[in-house]
Amino acid sequence: MIEVQNLTKHYKDFCAVNNISMTIRKGEILGLLGPNGAGKTTTLRMLTGYFRPNSGTIKIKGFQMPEDAIRIKSLIGYLPESAPLYHNMLVYDYLEYVAKIKGIDDKEKRYDRFLQLSDICGLSSIMNKPIANLSKGLKQRVGLAHAMMTDPEILILDEPTSGLDPNQIAEIRDIIKAIGKEKTIIFSTHILSEAEATCDRIAIIHNGKMVADDTTANLKRGAQQNSMITLSLRGALKEDAASLLKSIHSTLDVKNIDPVEKDLVSFEITNLDNQSKDHDFRSDIYLKIKETDWIIVQLIKESQTLEKIFRELTREEA
Amino acid sequence: MKQIKNIAIKEFKDYFISPIAYIVISLFLIVTGWFFFSTFFIFGRADLRDFFSLLPITFSFIIPAITMRLFSEEKNVGSYETLLTMPVSFTDIALGKFFAATLFTVSMLVPTLSYPIFISFIGEVDAGPVLGGYIGAIFLAAAYCSIGLFASSLTRNQIIAFIIGCSLCFTLTILDKLLFFMPSKIISAIEYIGASSHFTNISRGIIDSRDILYFVSVIFIFIFSTYIVMHEKN
Repeated sequence: MIEVQNLTKHYKDFCAVNNISMTIRKGEILGLLGPNGAGKTTTLRMLTGYFRPNSGTIKIKGFQMPEDAIRIKSLIGYLPESAPLYHNMLVYDYLEYVAKIKGIDDKEKRYDRFLQLSDICGLSSIMNKPIANLSKGLKQRVGLAHAMMTDPEILILDEPTSGLDPNQIAEIRDIIKAIGKEKTIIFSTHILSEAEATCDRIAIIHNGKMVADDTTANLKRGAQQNSMITLSLRGALKEDAASLLKSIHSTLDVKNIDPVEKDLVSFEITNLDNQSKDHDFRSDIYLKIKETDWIIVQLIKESQTLEKIFRELTREEA
Repeated sequence: MKQIKNIAIKEFKDYFISPIAYIVISLFLIVTGWFFFSTFFIFGRADLRDFFSLLPITFSFIIPAITMRLFSEEKNVGSYETLLTMPVSFTDIALGKFFAATLFTVSMLVPTLSYPIFISFIGEVDAGPVLGGYIGAIFLAAAYCSIGLFASSLTRNQIIAFIIGCSLCFTLTILDKLLFFMPSKIISAIEYIGASSHFTNISRGIIDSRDILYFVSVIFIFIFSTYIVMHEKN
């Protein structure tokens, strides 16, 4: 569906996007993650034809940018960051203008589409209001209606949930999920839980480079090796407990941490050995503790979160 | 073609949504009306010559004020991004905005049609120069609109766009009054570049293809420059 090869964009001597390549299949929801200024928006702007790349090729459904720019633009629905709209227009007038530009010439069809869109995006009560008077969340919805006007095959959304309240975020997420069943969607965000909840695939960009591109599940599995176990005991002494835990396996690293409650002793246990990384040490720990008269209050295996992966991949090199 | 129409209609409507349109139109009518009628009864001539002779100067200030927002505002608000990612070409956008501005200046001239009508009650009006004057005014307005459009495409700041537009239009307007300072060899070339002489010719009722060609060239050059600026900036 979308093929991007060696995409590079410079702003004067600053390299915003450096040699990015990716392929996006039909029906995929791709989350583009990255810290601020990583090049997410620039990448999306090149995909939508707003920026011209310095080098590299973009092919969408067999059409090549920039030769077939107009064809490509009519295939894509795009919601720019913070949904810039014409402030002095009424919502209805704006949608009508967009519909006309996007080639819905028939009045009946236009009207039907407005009804559908106002249903999906919840616009019915604001149709006759000037855009300037709308709150950020409502503007975002108008922008979403703009992007979905012609029911495009590809939707590109740049930080669709930024600045929205939790209810609105959930709503937008539901919309993305619902339309994502049949459409190809690319959206950028820096909220990780959001990407985790909605995306089939995640690409992480850092300093203009692609540092990860895989399915959400694969990303998590790949980074599993150092999964950590948190253990809290009641009635144990620090030193005794630590030496007991170390005796379970030679490759375990046991670290004493501040306990959650006063009368507890807490440890963080990490397996440093890569070969036995799939082994679950929780059973071993339980069996060992069972032999003593200590009480296990907490025993948690912390699975690798996306947040950790993200932080690891995008950490600034000192 | 259809997209040009869509954009032009939207931009034209935009003028009347904001109060700018009404302010600019009133300002234009007050200034031209006052300059025209303050000497009208002294000379006692039933023609619009004074009105048209002042038009290039008034236009060179009023039109950049009309066109300054065309690109600058969009760039400032960010809607330029939404516009460029819709299925429209640069040419559609440039021409659409140009026609909207020209149409707006023409609609600004409509109330001044009351002058010849009013004068025709006092004396015999020669229809030729009046008709020629209005045709010339439309060409002049279109040329200045293309200049203003170009100025607006250069910057996201409307005030800078206005000043650039004013300077370009004003230079073209007064160029033939500066001939005195020019070396004699290039006088005829400079005179041709200035807009006033061409406008005066048409407004006398002489419609010469050379004058029309001049305005069409100015329009073409500046719309094409706008196109190049748009192309280079993205």
